[in-house]
Amino acid sequence: MADQIIREIEQEYLKKEIPDFRPGDTVRVYVRITETKEDPRTKEIVEKVRIQPFEGVVIRRRGGGLRETFTVRKITQGIGIERIFPLHSPLIEKIEVRRRGKVRRAKLYYLRDRIGKRARVKERR
Amino acid sequence: MIGLIGKKIGMTQLPDEKGHMTPVTVLEVGPCTILGLRTPERDGYTALKLGYGEVPVRKLNKPLLGELKKVLGERETYPARVIREFRVDKLNGYEPGQQLDVRVFEGVQTVDITGYTKGRGFTGVIKRWGFSGGPKSHGSKFHRRPGSIGQTTFPGRVWKGKKMAGHYGMERVTVRNLKVFKVIPEKNLLIVKGAVPGPNGRVVYVRAR
Repeated sequence: MADQIIREIEQEYLKKEIPDFRPGDTVRVYVRITETKEDPRTKEIVEKVRIQPFEGVVIRRRGGGLRETFTVRKITQGIGIERIFPLHSPLIEKIEVRRRGKVRRAKLYYLRDRIGKRARVKERR
Repeated sequence: MIGLIGKKIGMTQLPDEKGHMTPVTVLEVGPCTILGLRTPERDGYTALKLGYGEVPVRKLNKPLLGELKKVLGERETYPARVIREFRVDKLNGYEPGQQLDVRVFEGVQTVDITGYTKGRGFTGVIKRWGFSGGPKSHGSKFHRRPGSIGQTTFPGRVWKGKKMAGHYGMERVTVRNLKVFKVIPEKNLLIVKGAVPGPNGRVVYVRAR
């Protein structure tokens, strides 16, 4: 009963269009970022919304319903960066699947221990 | 300033106006029926006597039933599972027999919520008072015990109020200044930001600040 009520409330916040993607896939996530800046002349605080893409390999999907999140890993300048996104976050403008990966497990934590060519994921056709 | 009686449904997370996931508690609040008024002339203060939760007549005792009949007339069930007074500043506009629902919280910024915490039964000193306990290994025989509870010949007794094992939980706690996240009048639901004392399903008292 209680679960039912909460599920109904969450229903309203769920995103309808989410592309089908799994761990191993390479995705580009468009994140909405709000910057607040003070205008040097008018001293007004201006809010600017811009879209920042984040591209990398999905190494995990966890949780269900509104609480589902996914982790994207990418390597820039030799440093691994992982970001965890709530799947249904309104801050995510869109998710683009760039490449399908062929992997044999659900959580790709082993990629963290690999560098260079060994950290690649085979393409799924 | 007004309050209502409700029930904790459970917690979840929802995006706020900035899009960040926020922890929230869902409460079913009201509808509450005004069972009586406390007036300055008769009682020296102003308050509403509210009833919540339908109870069939056969489960009510005669004295209470008499009071309820005076206000609400003959019925099969009466809103009398929980009866409580809530202080209000003014009594105008309130009538005995009138129903109040979550809509009283529309436009309200923050609320105070009173409830009873989860009962934990008889607990040791580590869980109840946060004692650090002893080593778990290396031959230690002192694990979760409280240690010494006093001094020597003077005072020759244990101080009153010494923190010891005993019953923990089921305490009355008020959480103040919880932000109202959303009001859903069709389902009598109130969503507030943050946590509320008690297990899901327990009765809570919600007051507007």
